Order: sequence, then C-alpha cells, then structure tokens
Amino acid sequence: MTAHTRIFVLVWIALMVLLGLTLTASFLPLGAFKPVANIGIGFAKAVLIFWFFMHLREVSGLVRLAAVAGVLSIVLMIALISSDYLTRL
Amino acid sequence: MSDQPAVHSPYLEAAQQREADFLGMYIFLATEIMLFGGFLAAVYVVRVLHPQEASETAQQLNLWLGSFNTAVLLTSSLSMALAVQLSREAKRRAVVIRLCLTMALGLAFLTIKGVEYYQEYREGLMPFSGGLNPLSKPGEQLFFNFYLVGTSLHALHLMIGIALVSVLAWRVARSETPLPRRAVTVELVGLYWHLIDVVWVFIYPIFYLAR
Amino acid sequence: MTVGATLETSPERISYLRAGYTLWSWLTTTDHKRIAVLYLYSITAFFFVGGIAAALIRLDLATPGGDLLSNEGYNRAFTLHGVVMVWFFLIPSIPATFGNFLIPLMIGAQDLAFPRINLASWYLYVLAGMFTLYAVVIGGVDTGWTFYTPLSTLFANGYVVSALLAVIVVGFSSIFTGLNFIVTVHKLRCPGMTWSRLPLFVWSLYATAIILVLATPVLTMLLILVCVERVFGIGIFNPDLGGDPLLYQHLFWFYSHPAVYIMVLPAFGVLSELVTAAARKRIFGYWFIAYSSVAIAVIGFLVWGHHMFVAGESMYASAVFSFLSIAVAVPSGIKVYNWIATLYKGSISLDPAFLFAMGFIGLFVIGGLTGLMLAMIAVDVHVHDTYFVVAHFHYIMVGGAVTAFFGALHFWWPKITGRMYNITWGRITAALIFLGFNLTFFPQFILGYLGMPRRYHVYPPEFQVLHVLSSAGASILAVGYLLPFIYLLYSLRHGQPAGPNPWGATGLEWTVPSPPPKQNFAEMPIVTRPPYDYPIRDPMSRE
Repeated sequence: MTAHTRIFVLVWIALMVLLGLTLTASFLPLGAFKPVANIGIGFAKAVLIFWFFMHLREVSGLVRLAAVAGVLSIVLMIALISSDYLTRL
Repeated sequence: MSDQPAVHSPYLEAAQQREADFLGMYIFLATEIMLFGGFLAAVYVVRVLHPQEASETAQQLNLWLGSFNTAVLLTSSLSMALAVQLSREAKRRAVVIRLCLTMALGLAFLTIKGVEYYQEYREGLMPFSGGLNPLSKPGEQLFFNFYLVGTSLHALHLMIGIALVSVLAWRVARSETPLPRRAVTVELVGLYWHLIDVVWVFIYPIFYLAR
Repeated sequence: MTVGATLETSPERISYLRAGYTLWSWLTTTDHKRIAVLYLYSITAFFFVGGIAAALIRLDLATPGGDLLSNEGYNRAFTLHGVVMVWFFLIPSIPATFGNFLIPLMIGAQDLAFPRINLASWYLYVLAGMFTLYAVVIGGVDTGWTFYTPLSTLFANGYVVSALLAVIVVGFSSIFTGLNFIVTVHKLRCPGMTWSRLPLFVWSLYATAIILVLATPVLTMLLILVCVERVFGIGIFNPDLGGDPLLYQHLFWFYSHPAVYIMVLPAFGVLSELVTAAARKRIFGYWFIAYSSVAIAVIGFLVWGHHMFVAGESMYASAVFSFLSIAVAVPSGIKVYNWIATLYKGSISLDPAFLFAMGFIGLFVIGGLTGLMLAMIAVDVHVHDTYFVVAHFHYIMVGGAVTAFFGALHFWWPKITGRMYNITWGRITAALIFLGFNLTFFPQFILGYLGMPRRYHVYPPEFQVLHVLSSAGASILAVGYLLPFIYLLYSLRHGQPAGPNPWGATGLEWTVPSPPPKQNFAEMPIVTRPPYDYPIRDPMSRE
C-alpha cells in the first residue's frame, strides 16, 4: 500500500467513525445541542473530504479561498435569516 | 508521447492552465454549495418554525437505510480518490477498476434510495399516496416534502456524476483520455463526485437525524 | 506604460471582424470579442422589448383610469418590463459586452480563461430569452418581476413556471460569465500586470463576478422550489401548510440585492475609465476605489432584509439590516468623491463619454441618497411600495447603470468597430437622456411621497399632472435612447476609421489596432508603468 493509499484509507476510517458517532448522538438526549452536534460532525466530515480527497492540502491559498467562499456565504445567510426567525415575537 | 497536457490558447504554460482548470472547477463547486446551501437555509427555517413536526417526520424516515447509504457514498469517495491518485501514476487498468467501483457504489446508493422512496410510498407518506397519511400536521408533511426535494435534487446530481464517471472510465479504458497527460480530467470529475458526497454529508443529519 | 510590441500594421493581423464572414463563423466563435458583439446585439434587442413594455406602462399611466390596458394587462406589462430589463438587459449589459471584450485586452491576455464556456453562456442567454418571449406570447405573467409568494405559487394565472425556467437558465449564463472572469483575472494577467496596475474597470468586474457566482445559485434554488410548489402544491411558502411567505422574500432578496450590485458595480468600473480619460489625469485614490468595489460586493450580501421592513420581518432583524444598508453606502460615496477629486484640475475634454459620466455622477448621487433614506426604517414604513421606491431604483439602474452603459458605448465604440461616430450627436444624446430621465423620474419621488402606490395603473386624479410630466419625460428619454441607433450605425459605414487611441487614453486596449486583430497581441505585453499614467499627475506635486 502506498503512502497515499494509506492516508486515504485512514481518512475513510475516520469518516466511518464520525458517521457512527453522529448516528449514536441522534439517540442521546442532547436536546437543543443535538442539531449543533450533528452539523458539527457534518462539518468535520466535510473538512476531511475537502482536505484529503479533494486535494485542498496541495493547492494554492486562492483555490482554498474559493472552496470556503461558498460555505462562508451560506453561514452568513443562515446567521442573518436567524436574526429574523429567532427574534420573532 | 509527453506526459504533460497540451497547452491551448490563451494559456502559455501547462502549470498556468492546470491552475486555471482547478480554480474554475472549485468556483463551480462553490456555486453548487450555494445552490444546496440555499436549500438548506430553507429547511433550517422550517425546522425553526416547526421543531416538533420536523422531529416527528424524521422518525418516519428509514434511519438504517439512510445511514448505510451514507457509508456507501463515503466509500465511493474513497474509491474515487484512489482512482485520481492512480491516474497521476498512469496506472490505467487500476484507474478503470476504481472508477467502475465508484460507479457501482453510486448506483447502489440510488438503488437503496429507490427502496426508501418505495417504502415511504407504501407507508402512505408520499404527498399523493392517497389514503391515510401518518404525517397529518402541516409542518410534518412540509418537512417530508423538503426531504423529497432535497434527496431528489441530490440524486439528480449523483446521476450526472455517475454518467460522468462512466464516460470517463470508458475513455480511460480505451486510452482516449491518456494518462498521466490528461489526469486532470480524472481529478476534476473526482472533485465533482466528492462534492456530491459532501452535500449528502449535510443532507443526512439535517433530515434523518432530526429526530 | 511600456508595451513589448510596436503597433501592428501588417496584413496578417486581420481584425476580428474580418476573420471569417459566415454566420457559422460567428455562431461557433470562441473569440471573446465576437461573443461580446453577439451579446451586444442580443441585449439591445431585449432593451427594445423592455422599452416597449415601459412605453405601454407610461402611456397607460398618463390617464388616471386604467384605460389603455386592462388590470391583468398592466400587471403583465410591468412584469415583462422588470424581468426583461433586470435579467436580459441590465445584468449582462456591461459585463457580457464590455467585460467580455475588454478584460483580456486590458490585462494583456489573448482570450478569457474558458472561451467555450463563454460561448455557452451566450447560448444559454439566448435560449432563456427565447423562452421568456414564448412565455410572453402565450399569455404572460402577472406576478411582478419579484414573483412574490403566495401570489406566484397559488393564485397567479399566468405562465409562471415558463418564466421561472427562463430565469433559471439565464442564471447559468450569468454564473458562467462570472466564473470565467474570476479565473481570467487571476491566471491570465501578462507579465508586470500586478493587481496594483489593473485598470479599475477590471477590479469592478472582478467584484461583480464574485457576486454573480455566489448569489445566482440561491435564486436558482429558490425558483426551483417555487416551480415545485406551483406544480405539486407542497406548500413551502403557504402558511396553511406550515410554510412561510417571508421565507421566499428572504431567499429572493438574498440574491436580488447583490444582483443590483451586479448591475451597478460594472458601471462604477466604467466611470473610473471615463473620468480618467476625460480629465487626462491619474485616478485619485486608486486603492480606495479598488477595495471599495470588493467592500460593496461583500457588504451587499448582508443587507437584503431592507426589502422586507414592512413584510413581517422581526424588529431586531430590521434594525441589523438597516444598519448594514447604511454602511454599504459608504464605499459608493468614497468612489464618487474620488472621481470628482480626479476631475479637479484635470484637463477635461467634453467628449460624449465624459458627458455620460457626469450624468451618471449626478443621477447616481440622487439615487444613492434616496436609497439611504429608504434604509431608514422610519422613512421606509411610509414610502415602501410607493413610487418613491420606483424612482430610487430607476435613478440607480437607469440614471446610473444604463447611463454608464451608454458612456461605455461611446467610449469604446471606436475600439470595437474601428469607426468614429459624430461627436456632436453624441453630446446631444447625452443631454437629452439626462433631461428626459430627470423629467421622467423626479416627479415619481414626489408621487411616492404623496402616496401613489407602485404597480397600480388606476390612481386619484390629483396625481395626474405628475404622471403626465413623467410620461412626457419618458418620450424624451426614448428619443435619447433611439438616437445612438442612427448615428452609431451610420458610423459603421460612413464614420472615419479610428486609430488605435482616438481619446489619448491609457490602457492596454488602446495599444492594439481598432478594431483589434483576432489574436489580441502579436507579442506578450510587458507592463512597467502604473495605471492611468497620464502626463498630469498630482497638480500640487512637482512631478
């Protein structure tokens, strides 16, 4: 197994572990924290996929910026939409 | 035959062209993220407005099939990443095998999704199933409809991905996409495939784990 | 700035217009200059369509009773006007014509990064346009260009899905253009063309491209959801089924507010070029203008809620959006100050392009100030959905963006066509447009303040005088817009052949022949001097 293959398989194992984690978490009584935890684990998986499978660790800062620009926009969108929906009386 | 891709106008150097291709692809992926992100923002609002109903609906989804499907798709990402790596090393046959594996896993995902949809139809959850619908409250049916729209849109993108991968596998097998000269083609298709995976990585907890 | 090649006169360097006369050579071109010209034809055609709709509206509004068009017909007219003008004229106007033509020339490249995607973007535009016309012909849409729910999803009786599909397709056209520009500016600049030497036109189109790429997909998704709701009735925006109509507005304006910056940022870029060329002076505050374009693009994503102050948005969200909306005016103000400072002690020539630039500054300032007024919730509560808002955005989009488009047309026409037009007629047109525009739209501020609602064609008789003034102004404006057709087209046959640099302006595009050869540069240019390197620098310095 080459070095690259080993890294990819390790990433895959990590992804499976995170999947198991998120699945387990859905059965625990975490209350309002549950969606936070699940989205957080989702982000962790996404970061792994972007960084290793999608070669973000090899490319320039500019391409990395392109990769996160969309995510950042969505985060801002949801944050500002929340300012409406979470403050309605 | 040289290992470097042919440089075509308006580029002057291979490295410049490759970086432009990568940047272009990532910007395209950013647009896909915005597309699904807009969708997820809408789902988020519905969850904020109807938290109880969202939880009820989520419990109607088949958690085990959904989770297994997630594992299937994550594995397809692994095989795709391996295919990309091997394309850089010009190992043509190995690349084709892993591309076919990726395709097979993608098809498996779609099949399981189809099974889930059929199950949901049998349970009367679909909007036009007729008969008694367990999702009686408006918010519940709405959340379920969002699940349908989201997973259908994802499935559509996945079908496009499978088509791309199959054409690629065909071309690599017949050396019409020579490696490693045109390895960038495999990389770019790989990037699209991984993004479909990332989209699912968010769709899965937002719907299935809303319980 | 030094260029690594002498001016081209050899016959092998055929102009891009002559490199192939067949229709096929045009329809399969990947030359950014030809694609720009294809776009110029198409957007002009749609400008006519939108203009005819405007004419119908202004004719109907000249009398208080709705006697020209039926109620339904009036709704369809303003919907057509909005949809066509926003998506088929304004959004592509400067980027897809002048951006496509000029960006490679300005940065020293032979073409855009992805020439075939460029052509694809034009075909998608044409396809979407044809589909829109089809939707109009078979009966039209009456929801307004904003397609608000629940009217568009539950009650509208038009061909809503057709119109939405057309907008989705034209969205992809926008995305491809934006993607192309970003990669081009990053990867294809010639040696020496650092970010600090880029023409400000390129900076502003770069900022525009970021918005195109990030905002448009959200609209795509939203319109898909509306189509799904309209076809399957699933109630995303229907309160009876658990949905929220305001969710539509959030997602719609998340795109559409940045969209207005897509329309105005390229105009800002044009202004920087026109003002420096007219004054023969270096731009004042290069980095302020460059960074303010990016700031507008970023902050512009955060202000959309100001469209919903009275729609049921929470008070706290409204306050946040109001604050951010006031903030976004700052970079625009900075630009206006810098242009005026550039003109100060410049050696100004009153070419038509410059007159359009002056018109822009005056009209944009009025539009911008009224925008600030609308950003104040206390004011907006009274004038929302009145003609005050209509006047505000027309001052920006027409008084601003369209005027800048005409300025760009008069500035770069010799470069694109190789012919010079009649300058006097250009000046007359600029004056007519400025006068006609103000007569059309200034009365609308007053109308709105007095309470005239928008999208109504029946109104109390006491408003008629103002409406008649507005319609009269519109007829003058129409003449102003039609005149260039005469003298510009005339110049194609009978105009003086233009040299490479008829205005004496700086910029790589003025170092190649007019019209440029198919291959832009015989030798790769090498840039060593700053941008806008005119003889007059700072009048106070000793340089």
